[in-house]
Amino acid sequence: MDHIFFFYFAAVIAATSLLVVALRNPVYSALSLLIMFFHVAGLYVTLHAEFLAAVQIVVYAGAILVLYLFVVMLLSIKSEERYHNQLPLAGLLGVMLCTEVILLFIKSQTSAIAPAATADPVAGPGNTEMIGEALYSTYLFPFEVASLILLVAMIGAIILAKKGINEPAQ
Amino acid sequence: MTFPLQDLLTILPELIVIGTACLILALDPILEASKKDVLVWLTLGALTICIGLTSSQMTDRVSAFSGMVVIDAYAAFWKLLLYIVTGLTVLLSLAYLKAERLSIGEYYGFILLALAGMMVMVSGADLLTIYLGTELMSLSLYVMAGLKRTEARSLEASAKYFVLGAFSSGILLYGISLLFGLAGSTGLSAIAAAIITHGTGDPLLSMALVLLAVGFGFKMAVVPFHMWTPDVYQGAPTAVTAFMAVASKAASFGAFLRVFVEGLGAASADWSVLFTVICLATLALGNLVAIVQTNIKRMLAYSSIAHAGYALIGVVVAGGHSGKGASTGFASVLLYIAIYSFMTLGAFALIGMLRKEGQESDQIEDYAGLAKREPLTAFFMLVFMVSLAGIPPTAGFIGKFYIFMAAVNGGMTWLAIVAVIFAAISAFYYLRVVMVMYMREAEGAIATHSRLETSPALSLVLACALAGVVLLGLFPNGLWSLASQAAPLLK
Repeated sequence: MDHIFFFYFAAVIAATSLLVVALRNPVYSALSLLIMFFHVAGLYVTLHAEFLAAVQIVVYAGAILVLYLFVVMLLSIKSEERYHNQLPLAGLLGVMLCTEVILLFIKSQTSAIAPAATADPVAGPGNTEMIGEALYSTYLFPFEVASLILLVAMIGAIILAKKGINEPAQ
Repeated sequence: MTFPLQDLLTILPELIVIGTACLILALDPILEASKKDVLVWLTLGALTICIGLTSSQMTDRVSAFSGMVVIDAYAAFWKLLLYIVTGLTVLLSLAYLKAERLSIGEYYGFILLALAGMMVMVSGADLLTIYLGTELMSLSLYVMAGLKRTEARSLEASAKYFVLGAFSSGILLYGISLLFGLAGSTGLSAIAAAIITHGTGDPLLSMALVLLAVGFGFKMAVVPFHMWTPDVYQGAPTAVTAFMAVASKAASFGAFLRVFVEGLGAASADWSVLFTVICLATLALGNLVAIVQTNIKRMLAYSSIAHAGYALIGVVVAGGHSGKGASTGFASVLLYIAIYSFMTLGAFALIGMLRKEGQESDQIEDYAGLAKREPLTAFFMLVFMVSLAGIPPTAGFIGKFYIFMAAVNGGMTWLAIVAVIFAAISAFYYLRVVMVMYMREAEGAIATHSRLETSPALSLVLACALAGVVLLGLFPNGLWSLASQAAPLLK
């Protein structure tokens, strides 16, 4: 049963991701991204990460995608043709790469080793609590580095958009 | 939920760098425009303290924050190199930003934040930390590359760097996720243990190996993942280019070596084959394409690609061996990157100085007759170019010598011979700059409008870079023993 769900979600994620780059109308691209976000959330649910699934929908599908759509509509980007003439070359290389990967996995019969079993979802503390604990104990250092990355992104965006830089001093 | 206070002490240099960066970002808006130089001295002061702190950490391995960070001689070596490079870049920027009318305080904050990212990269013992460090470094660099907003080329550099950098981060992350699937952990030691239990024939491992090589290949700018380098190096402000070409490359090599030695060391037979191909391609393309460049920044971009190729020889040799052979191989890589840093930084500092009608003049033709107009500057450039070409008695020769010795001792004489041939080819395009400076007369606009923008800070940078190139060329033993002590051990 788990497998059916996994393959459904995985197939839809792969297909919609392809559509995001293949569709020529940016609004359609954004909408297929939305479908992808929902299916990623579905994958999280099958992994018993309900909190992550909810965050995925609220943050990505809810906030970030709306921003994308705003930008796309504000700039009124029409369908973009420039990058589509690379399709034959990219397709050829992509097919070659995929064949290589499939051959690699068929030739060696060893199946991938499942990672250490995750904690029993029923017993123990709740999902949110566990994430919080992991973030502020084991993963404290990476968590703080991530906060710095956000700081850089924020100030960087302001610097690049601010007026009065690189203009003759008064 | 708690962690020992000791952990905070081990990452004190990182905390100081980040704290200073935040202080600069906070001070910048309240300082008067005439007093902005304070920010530079603040940065240099913080770096000096960090040099002292990190020197005392060149001891045994200490890990902190549940194994996410590790402080050892290897990390300390890279950090010391990064402090020196960052300090020189800051001094260089002081003069350069004024000439370009780019004086903004946030710049120094971003340099320090990029440095913090690099420090996290070289002392990360977990793929997650290393990845986040890479992102912190890259994001700061994307912004710095686009600072000259009135120039389309600078914006193009920033955009191109951002798109390709984001793409390569995605590939790196994919590789990391596959390794996580294999080992059930992102810790380098856990991954090493998992590879030993499962053997190296696992297809998942091969996939992850290739993806990680591609991801790091982008950051180190090796062929065929070098496409962004010439455009970005040319478009970015010269001080930023110097920082990217030196510090970001050094940090990427630092993180790359740690991941492939500590995490994937058991599969070294697999990856050394992979890197032999990359190394040969890098040497060939970097050196051959540099010949036809007319812009000196572009030429140095291809030269930096080629130098990454020389450094990779050490990695390839070390990967094919275990024990002492591997250790000298890695030590030669560390030595090479350290020497490369000084000569490249010096060359970029000089390029930033030469201006024509308020613009940077970065065509090789602009250097015509420089020896007559500015004999001292031309001599400095001569030393850097000779060193980049690897001619004795400069440091560039010592770096190549140790790399080639490691290759010969490791039974890869053919690789050393190929590299020597490419080094001979490279002498052509480096010495062409010298030839233009000394043999050709300046004509027309170059003779009348070209001038040098000098300042005490810049002279200090040049003096340091020159001292590095000459002294390390004459007395390499100190740096070599430091590098051998810091070289990672392949088990």
